[in-house]
Amino acid sequence: MNYAASPVLALQLPLWRSRLLLALIAGGFLVLAGRAVYLQGLNNDFLQQKGESRYSRVLEISANRGRITDRNGEALAISTPVKSVWAIPEEVQYSSQQRAKLAALLELPPQEVDKRLNESTSFVYLKRQIPPEIAERVSELQIPGLFQNREYRRYYPGGEVMAHVLGFTGADDAGQEGIELAFQSTLAGKSGSRRVIKDRLGQIVEDMESIREAQNGRDLALALDAKLQNLAFAQLKLAVESNKAKAGAIVVLDAKTGEVLALANLPTYNPNNRTRLSGAQLRNRVITDTFEPGSTLKPFTVAVAIESGKLTPESNIATAAGSLTIGRATIHDAHRFGDMTVAQVIQRSSNVGAAKIALGLPPDAMWDMFDKVGFGSAPRLGFPGAASGKLRPHKTWRPIEQATMAYGHGISVSLLQLARAYTMFARDGELMPLSLVRVDAPLAGKQVISPATARKLRDMLELAVEPGGTAPRARVMGYRVAGKTGTAHKEENGGYAEHKYVSSFVGFAPASDPRLVIAVMIDEPSAGQYYGGAVAAPVFSAVMGGALRMLGVSPDAPLKPLELPPENTEIKEDV
Amino acid sequence: MARINLILLLALTACALGLVTSQHKARKLFAELEREQERAKQLDVEWGQLQLEQSTWAMHARVEKIARERLRMSTPDAKRTQMVMPAAPTEVTR
Repeated sequence: MNYAASPVLALQLPLWRSRLLLALIAGGFLVLAGRAVYLQGLNNDFLQQKGESRYSRVLEISANRGRITDRNGEALAISTPVKSVWAIPEEVQYSSQQRAKLAALLELPPQEVDKRLNESTSFVYLKRQIPPEIAERVSELQIPGLFQNREYRRYYPGGEVMAHVLGFTGADDAGQEGIELAFQSTLAGKSGSRRVIKDRLGQIVEDMESIREAQNGRDLALALDAKLQNLAFAQLKLAVESNKAKAGAIVVLDAKTGEVLALANLPTYNPNNRTRLSGAQLRNRVITDTFEPGSTLKPFTVAVAIESGKLTPESNIATAAGSLTIGRATIHDAHRFGDMTVAQVIQRSSNVGAAKIALGLPPDAMWDMFDKVGFGSAPRLGFPGAASGKLRPHKTWRPIEQATMAYGHGISVSLLQLARAYTMFARDGELMPLSLVRVDAPLAGKQVISPATARKLRDMLELAVEPGGTAPRARVMGYRVAGKTGTAHKEENGGYAEHKYVSSFVGFAPASDPRLVIAVMIDEPSAGQYYGGAVAAPVFSAVMGGALRMLGVSPDAPLKPLELPPENTEIKEDV
Repeated sequence: MARINLILLLALTACALGLVTSQHKARKLFAELEREQERAKQLDVEWGQLQLEQSTWAMHARVEKIARERLRMSTPDAKRTQMVMPAAPTEVTR
């Protein structure tokens, strides 16, 4: 049978059916075309984004925290990358063998590892900041669910010696104490990010855009001299140990520039290993602690008297009685020397003499001097927690208070304030602003007293360290030294503790052209000696001698061995 | 007409192949650059660690201990010190 002649083919279908089919198919194509135009032309963001996410990645660019160096470029704090191991507890699967290895590598007890990995959180740190080599070995264990993060850890090669100046950073590399906190914005880097194209193998094949440039933190050169700092720390440690003292502090200033060349405290801590830290260890006594300075304040009282023209160094002060009664209180001198000149009041550190000088002065003049040299206001260092000390307004002073303030009681200062105030005597009456960072051009000082008065005070302070003064042990062979001792009862529960003292010494050398100002404070020496001249002055002498030699300062005195006065004939100052 | 078309086709193919090759080269070079930059970063880190190590070895306390104990050195006292003053007049001589 002929196929073409099939009667089925002869059937005539209605025309509308084929038309309808054509219209439907055409409509379907139109919808598809419309959709295609919409997706690829009009609203293509979404798909493009999806496509990009297959090959483009945003990479974090880490930034380094700036290094801290001393004034000669020696590294004091450096950040270096370390790894932190974290886990998603649900996904972790390990054999007991792997667990043991992991625990050993992380130096954690196996039970601790188990405990952390059984927590019901979706994220847990196993151990932070481990060295990269160990992290490498942890990843070799190939435990699923265990991940590593790159972090930075700060190392302090100076350890406990520099701890208080530098401070330290926390786990996220942000400053928490000291310079690290004070200069956080300078030191901290800003991490950046960029978008790249990665191929199948994970290799970067093209840079697409830089979203944010990474900014490394800037390096910071401190005023500190590492060599001098070590010397100061070692000598302070020796003195605190041999005097069985509770604490000690020392600060070395450059009299020419106002830079802090060394600053040490005891007790101290190791910033590289900060487990078990006590508040006493962390305290930067030089800057944040105040104490009643005692006799180290007498030169300021005398400076007021001489500056006003009321007295000269040769003026006589009637101290023959050895005591002075003001109202109900009586001030005593430990020794009676008869009447003294103003210079001898400083040399022998007579309380009665200082009190008598003070009572001849208007309170506002004394307050003015204390205020101008920076007592009662925190030094502008930018250092966290810099103490301002206590200086009451002169309108509230009673005569007895004015008298005791003349020899440093009823007023409190920090060791740094005290050292800074002495730059006035070391620099012909000019008070220097202090700086913890290296100063390239010396800052301008502030003239507080006339150069003539400053020179007179300098001569008096030189007498104090000679035989016949309170601190012959502060002398340095080959250099003329000037300085003043201080010994004060400690304040406790609103009164003065009977047998607790703070011994201090502040001085400068060479006296002909002072280069360094050093202030030493020993808290509660309890090995018998407690006078500033016996406890603090030897530290001053050792540090000053070593420092002047290191700095190559020419001697200004004959190189004769020093002779100490025989035991028990030294002039003890009044407490 | 057909000849021109053929020439254009050949030129186009050549250009396309050239583009592919240069793109490939660019990516390879970029990957190399990337590796070198990574290495530079690595070296920077290593430098930091070496600096750290140097400062640790050069700790003053350690140097002094070795000088005193192993090398038996000591600070000369003033009796054995000769000061050489600079030739220019200084205010020290008084």
